Amino acid sequence: MSAFVLRRALATVPLVLGIVVVSFFFMRLAPGGPFDADRVLDPQVRANLEARYGLDRPLVEQLVVYVEGLLQGDLGPSFKYVGWSVQEIIAQGAPVSLTLGAAALLIALLVGIPLGVIAALYHNRWADHLATAIALVGVCVPNFVLGPVLVLVFVFGLGLLPVGGWGSPEQVILPAVTLGAVRAAYIARLARAGMLDVLQQDFVRTARAKGLTERVVVARHALRIAIVPVVQYLGPAIASILVGSVVVERIFDLPGLGSFFINAALNRDYTLAMGSVLLYSTLLIVLNLLVDVLARAFDPRTETS
Amino acid sequence: MSIPAPPEPSSNAMPPMHRILVPILALLAAVGCSADERPADFRFLNTEPETIDPGRVGGQAGGRIVANLFEGLTVRMPPSLAPGPGIATDWWTGDDGLTWTFRLRRSTWSDGTPLTARDFVWSWRRVLDPRTASKSAQLLFPIRGARDFNAGVSDDLGLFAPDDTTLVVELETPTPYFADLAAAPPLAPSPRHVVEKVGETWTRPEWIVSNGPYVLDDWRLQDRMRLRRNPRYWNAETIALDVVEAVAGDFANANFNRYESGLIDWVDSGGVPPALVDALKRRPDWHSGPFLATYFLRCNVERAPLDDERVRRALGYALDAEAITTHVTRAGQVPARGLVPPGVPGYDGIDAPLFDVERARELLAAAGYPGGEGFPSLTLLFNTSEWHRQIAEVLQQQWREHLGIEIELLNQEWKVFTTTVRARDYDLARGSWIGDVLDAQNFLEIFTTGNGNNRTGWSSDRYDALIASASRTRDPERRAALLRECERMVVLDDAIILPVYVYSVTNLYDDTQWAGLEPDLLNSLDLRRVRPVRAEVSR
Repeated sequence: MSAFVLRRALATVPLVLGIVVVSFFFMRLAPGGPFDADRVLDPQVRANLEARYGLDRPLVEQLVVYVEGLLQGDLGPSFKYVGWSVQEIIAQGAPVSLTLGAAALLIALLVGIPLGVIAALYHNRWADHLATAIALVGVCVPNFVLGPVLVLVFVFGLGLLPVGGWGSPEQVILPAVTLGAVRAAYIARLARAGMLDVLQQDFVRTARAKGLTERVVVARHALRIAIVPVVQYLGPAIASILVGSVVVERIFDLPGLGSFFINAALNRDYTLAMGSVLLYSTLLIVLNLLVDVLARAFDPRTETS
Repeated sequence: MSIPAPPEPSSNAMPPMHRILVPILALLAAVGCSADERPADFRFLNTEPETIDPGRVGGQAGGRIVANLFEGLTVRMPPSLAPGPGIATDWWTGDDGLTWTFRLRRSTWSDGTPLTARDFVWSWRRVLDPRTASKSAQLLFPIRGARDFNAGVSDDLGLFAPDDTTLVVELETPTPYFADLAAAPPLAPSPRHVVEKVGETWTRPEWIVSNGPYVLDDWRLQDRMRLRRNPRYWNAETIALDVVEAVAGDFANANFNRYESGLIDWVDSGGVPPALVDALKRRPDWHSGPFLATYFLRCNVERAPLDDERVRRALGYALDAEAITTHVTRAGQVPARGLVPPGVPGYDGIDAPLFDVERARELLAAAGYPGGEGFPSLTLLFNTSEWHRQIAEVLQQQWREHLGIEIELLNQEWKVFTTTVRARDYDLARGSWIGDVLDAQNFLEIFTTGNGNNRTGWSSDRYDALIASASRTRDPERRAALLRECERMVVLDDAIILPVYVYSVTNLYDDTQWAGLEPDLLNSLDLRRVRPVRAEVSR
């Protein structure tokens, strides 16, 4: 197992470097630069700005300077937000996005798994149909529809929750539900299918034959195998939560990385955009690695396959 | 599907769920909670400013913060926004109109350090210093020697502080609006003693020292800035609100939701979703007025058939701006009768008779396209936005109906759009101009030869001479007449731009709760004036 982890961890280094180089050049291919605006700057002022940020130097030299900084943990200054370094901006936004993502994932698991298991246990009965219907709706409704609907119901209808912003625990609830709902629905479907499959298997029949109660059979024997597909799905789920949080942060006006990421791209704030790409890709790679390790822990069968 | 028989489950093989859940919950608890702090007395919508350093500020979001943290020589007084005393108590110009003298009051920075005329000399030199790379350096170019100073080729600048309370400014050309310019955020002073000690990050709450009605208490990026009343402000006793928050938000629907649920007290158009305009403008908390900005189309005069001024004028006369303001924009915008928006002090616009289909058809026929016959295909370029698309579609329809010609529409992402227009790779392009100062010349001089904002390919010696002459003219009436002649050229005679509408300010706030928020031409938000209507309303 440790050899596997080490191998995968080492592979991330060239991967991340490759991402840096490719996105560096792709970003510069986009027309317009950080100082292009409707109002044209005086050529002298523009030259001063470009000199200040090193944009007057050859592209390859700029890349070298960037990578050198990167190796020392310096992501460079933001072009848009004067006086803020990219790592400072990320340090302010990342806790928001990570909290939101973690809460959404938690909701997805805590809602999705029980829903799927119940559906499987009451196979083809009304509880199954209801759970399946809920999951189907969840999968179909995109978060940019769900968010405003939740706001209408829980903020303006019932007056239970704040509409947006960040700072108190109740402000996490609506965005996390919005972000987690689709994943919950998907997880429910996976858990249901997994459980149905497992309940047919010999070892479950054996467990029942030993006289164990249905509860023990399901909770201790069947569930563990049934949720392996769910654990394997966590990688893509995390990816979609990270991407989805960009949308959800806008719906609820959250000061997370999402708004910085979008604005960085729109503003051609090269360093901030690079920093965001770097952070998101590293997160994805590391979390996917974790998920693979976790999947092995849940089901030793994956070790041999 | 055949799966090998699984091993018998054993309790220690499965990682217990709580091992995963506990750290996640701990993270949630740690980040989700923040220290209790006193709610702000007043909260207004702003976008995240690029900077709040007066030496580098540009744009509305930063300007709003700087205007309330710092105070320049003058401040703009409502409702006309004419410059009134700020740190300067009075000012006068010499006979040639080139030398301005400001007398300063004795005042201090928020840390108690005295503020003198030398602070202004240092601050303005800093704006112009090439190493500062300020986007607002151009605003100071009327000062003698400023252009060369900014280019780093000369150290000679017409800026002197003979004593602590006197500032003498020598100008290149008489700039009648200089007292108004002195109120602009980039001309507010920066605290030398802090900037030199701290460097780049001096605007952070832990370092910043200011001289205006407020000091910066806290700053969470893309979230909110907290301002606290500055007890050392020279006029502190007139400031009604102790704690004010500038809430950052980019998304109109979300901002409006927060306004509706009482989390923000004042929003500008950034909190007004376009789809709700019709419903909102009937509400008592809707406050709109004219804005110092014009929406127009640029004509690329280097491309046929737009190189023929008759074609450009035909397009202009066939453009029914009223239909656009009534059916598309709907939020108090008015059809533009020229390039300079109404309300500029001492300047009456040209009041152009713009919509005239008969005349448009005659001009088009005279240019060789009777009834639109044989008219080549033209493209109208705009930056991607539902708003601009709707306007472009109406224009397309109007020209088809009134002139029998087909215009194609093309949209581009903002930065691509600005690059395309600057390269003059367009036929017709959407444009706008927001005034920096309350002066007509600020709008008109962008179409002089070689001005980076011209971007039409049009150049006229006569126009350049008129603008130069207006710069030198001290008599306000004569100067206004010269500028009117310029406006007539760009809008009517040569029609290098087709004005569409004058922007409007569209703010939401409850005027039974808040006074001092009446919309003005610059959509400024001056906390010096804001106060609760009744004392008990104050939270």
